[in-house]
Amino acid sequence: MLSFNSSNIASKTRTIGRRMFLLNSIKAVVLLGIFGRLASLQINESSKYRSLADKNRFRETKFAPPRGVIKDYFDKEIASNTRIYQLHFIPENTPDIDKLLVRLKNLIALSDRQITRIQKKIKKKKKWETVIISDNLSWSEFSKLNLFLHELEGAQPVVSVARIYKNNASAHAIGYVSEISPRDIRNKKYLQDLNIAGIAIGKTGLESTLDEEMLGSPGFLRYEVNAYGKKIKQVSIDEGLKGKTFRTTLDNEVQVFSAKLLENVSGAACVMDIYNGDIISMVSSPSFNPNSFIHGIKSKEWNGLLNNKDKPLLNKAISGLYPPGSTIKTLTAISALENDVVSSKLVVRCKGFIDLHGERFHCWKKKGHGVVGMRTALKKSCDVYFYEVARRLGIDRLAATAEKFGLGKKVLQNYNEEKPGVVPNTKWKIQELGKNWYIGETLHSGIGQGYFLTTPLQLTLMTAQIANGGFKIKPRILIDGNEQIGNLQKYLNHKNSTPGNIMSLDDQIFNFGLKPLFRNQENINLVKDAMFAATNEIGGTSYGSRHQKKQFMFAGKTGSSQIKRFTSEQREAEVKQKNITYLDRDHAWFVAFAPVSDPKYAISVLVEHGGSGSSAAAPLAKKIIKKVLERHQNRMSYPEKTQENI
Amino acid sequence: MLYNRSSFHSPFSLKEKFFNLDLILLFSILLLGIISVFAQFSSSGGNFDYYSKSHIVRFGVFFILFLVVAFTPIRIWHGTSFLMFLILLLLLLFVKFYGVQSQGSRRWVNLYIINLQPSEIMKISIILFLSNYYHKISEGDVNKVRYLLYPVIAIMAPFILVLTQPDLGTAILILLSGVVVTWLAGVKWKIFAYLSLATIILAPLAISFLKPYQKSRILTFLNPELDPLGAGYQIIQSKIAIGSGGLYGKGFLNGSQAYLNFLPEKHTDFIFTLYSEEFGFIGSIFMIFLYSLITYRIIKIGNETRSIFGKLYCFGFANAFFIYVAVNMSMVLGLLPIVGAPLPILSYGGSSMLAIMFGLGIVMSCNVYKNSAVG
Repeated sequence: MLSFNSSNIASKTRTIGRRMFLLNSIKAVVLLGIFGRLASLQINESSKYRSLADKNRFRETKFAPPRGVIKDYFDKEIASNTRIYQLHFIPENTPDIDKLLVRLKNLIALSDRQITRIQKKIKKKKKWETVIISDNLSWSEFSKLNLFLHELEGAQPVVSVARIYKNNASAHAIGYVSEISPRDIRNKKYLQDLNIAGIAIGKTGLESTLDEEMLGSPGFLRYEVNAYGKKIKQVSIDEGLKGKTFRTTLDNEVQVFSAKLLENVSGAACVMDIYNGDIISMVSSPSFNPNSFIHGIKSKEWNGLLNNKDKPLLNKAISGLYPPGSTIKTLTAISALENDVVSSKLVVRCKGFIDLHGERFHCWKKKGHGVVGMRTALKKSCDVYFYEVARRLGIDRLAATAEKFGLGKKVLQNYNEEKPGVVPNTKWKIQELGKNWYIGETLHSGIGQGYFLTTPLQLTLMTAQIANGGFKIKPRILIDGNEQIGNLQKYLNHKNSTPGNIMSLDDQIFNFGLKPLFRNQENINLVKDAMFAATNEIGGTSYGSRHQKKQFMFAGKTGSSQIKRFTSEQREAEVKQKNITYLDRDHAWFVAFAPVSDPKYAISVLVEHGGSGSSAAAPLAKKIIKKVLERHQNRMSYPEKTQENI
Repeated sequence: MLYNRSSFHSPFSLKEKFFNLDLILLFSILLLGIISVFAQFSSSGGNFDYYSKSHIVRFGVFFILFLVVAFTPIRIWHGTSFLMFLILLLLLLFVKFYGVQSQGSRRWVNLYIINLQPSEIMKISIILFLSNYYHKISEGDVNKVRYLLYPVIAIMAPFILVLTQPDLGTAILILLSGVVVTWLAGVKWKIFAYLSLATIILAPLAISFLKPYQKSRILTFLNPELDPLGAGYQIIQSKIAIGSGGLYGKGFLNGSQAYLNFLPEKHTDFIFTLYSEEFGFIGSIFMIFLYSLITYRIIKIGNETRSIFGKLYCFGFANAFFIYVAVNMSMVLGLLPIVGAPLPILSYGGSSMLAIMFGLGIVMSCNVYKNSAVG
């Protein structure tokens, strides 16, 4: 800067100033031009444009394309679209709104309250905006309206598309759609961009998480109207982009069957393919009618759902948290064996209780089981045996095994409402509760009481991973077109195609990239065998619910999660579960895999306040297992069939 | 001695700096910002959640940025102008291949917090860079071929990169911003005449590179009634909306545009249509006055700045700012083809707002440090 002499700067400044002056003059001219154009448009020709704007103008309506469909494994639509009949009207095209409403009141079921609501809506909107009088007319109402249309000036009968759910069985897994709310717009970016008033969007379940993809992109209809607001011609139409269709792993038939079984109880049932993690069924009971939400739920029905003590809106399969009860004993046994804490030969004498650390811990059987080994302890679900195992094992090692088998974290990524549950350990307790861990709590945790919290789906996953020989699987509910077959499935295919070829375990793991959860597979097999005994040998906890036919035979473990501890008086009097008040009764669990000869599916059934697992949950599981196994052949042959069709 | 203060430490106290702010410019910008929030509120049909909320946040953030830039010594902007230009050029190249695609063009680079449109910032950076360049070379060299080469490359490189995004509007604005600075610096008429001639000869070739929709826009401009339902639709609708506003306008939130979705870009390029329909001729004149006032204050600051860099930048930016306003208004009034040029501050869009507020910040910095040396 200082190297230039000041005359250079001065001369440069002069040039710049001179040229800027010229540019400023041009600016003035341009401004004058814009000013003149504005004056000519807004003052001279204002009346012309005003009448143009009023009389002959283009209108545009934006509409949502049909929502994507959700199908089950067999391509049967679970959430589909249906044709609905609506009545719209535009206030400025209607000479006498009150007369129209009175006339409509006689034709369709329109209460006084609805009319006042419509009148309020009209006031809030612009006079050329469409007001929906009724968004779901019956066919007879619709045809009646069309008949009297000449008397209803301004009213427009419209045929539209809306969501419909075939049944209530999958209401929780699929979720429901309902009218967009201001809160949805605030929280979701894609809805802000969509900008369609009154559109139905997914609120829960898959409908919520897949909402953006299922909505598609909106279309619009542009048309010209005359001085009376009548449509004179359609100018252009953009159909929009239809929402994406999704195929799930669910089997609608099993869904309906399970839902029917669970109809009268509060609970959940899940079925999973133990090799590829496909969720065959996931129902929660009691259910609700997802169709009620589509056109706005009636407040009476809504309050009924909210006040129901069985919480119909909660998806108990993934959001219901329950202590796993005795079902966890399978993991306690595996953990203890894997960590070489006890040998499978360990025997304990159960006399109905055990006194440890100055506290008395009871077995569920007051008289005790006598001398039991591990297999018998699992078969008869002896608490005292597992108190001893848990005492030797310690909570942290048990927690590590539980987490390895899928407890304490979300099973799926497809649900906002899914809960991770709790796998307690010493660190967790200090962090969450600020207290040290007591040894007594270890004993309770060893039989699945205390801080442990699991969802039915987590226990299904746990059972599946035991049943498949202890290999990790990745559960899924959605089938992506280009998804690869799981490693475990490949291994299974190989095993089925070459029955004679017996590979060593190491070769299996190496060749198919399997992820073993065990150190020694014998430990897993021992637990599987004990589960077989629990169902199929006399004295087993679920012996009463066994299948006699070989192809349906299953192996399972019962469980009950305590709501309230028995008082010593109750214990003395041997009070039965069914004699105490409903809400104090234990939750009943049953987890199983089937068929025993060649396991394919894992199942878990939870019955809230069902009492005991053997009497409440196992009989339901028995029926579902039969249904699932009957459908197995269909399921196996289904994908090939579609490929041939293509 | 012209400059007796050292440029290595801050020459003024904060109080002095504050009094050096051009308060009229500052309040005009604030007022425009406030009006813009109301216009955005109206563009989404009186719903705060769609555009107004993020618009208000952006304006707030970028207004603070404006103040920060204003209080940063002008020599820093002078010193970093070349580097900034280079980075933006690289970003434009990056966008070409890895940019975020939307509606058929690649304009955005994903910065995780925001999607930045480097072409918008380039509109300011080209002025900064050329001002710096002509600040350095002596007047006698300006018209030598060797010294003309750099500006031509510096203008054409971003122009072509942006044109092929494709974004005709922004490309033209970059070209104009650059050309104006070279012209102010004293490049002869003759040279511009030659270059224009070359452009005219090459124009048919360039047109063959245009996308079909760009061609149709230019053709439609020449005769909008040719295709009243297609590309001419926007111009006609915009004229009807503005014309029907009349002298006093239809009143806030009573315009028809926002509710009928006539104009897909009603909250960006056509925001003036919406404003003009609701506030009429009087409101529009006030808006034009506000923009003229801002332009005038920028030119005034340029006149008072001593450094050639500051002068060239202020004048260059004043012209660019005026061009943005004039092009946008002419476009919605049917005086120019629709090329996609936002109205400064009033239009929705983060990158354009960032560019304008940053540009204004440097102008203000010229005023705050008007007596200090640049480098």
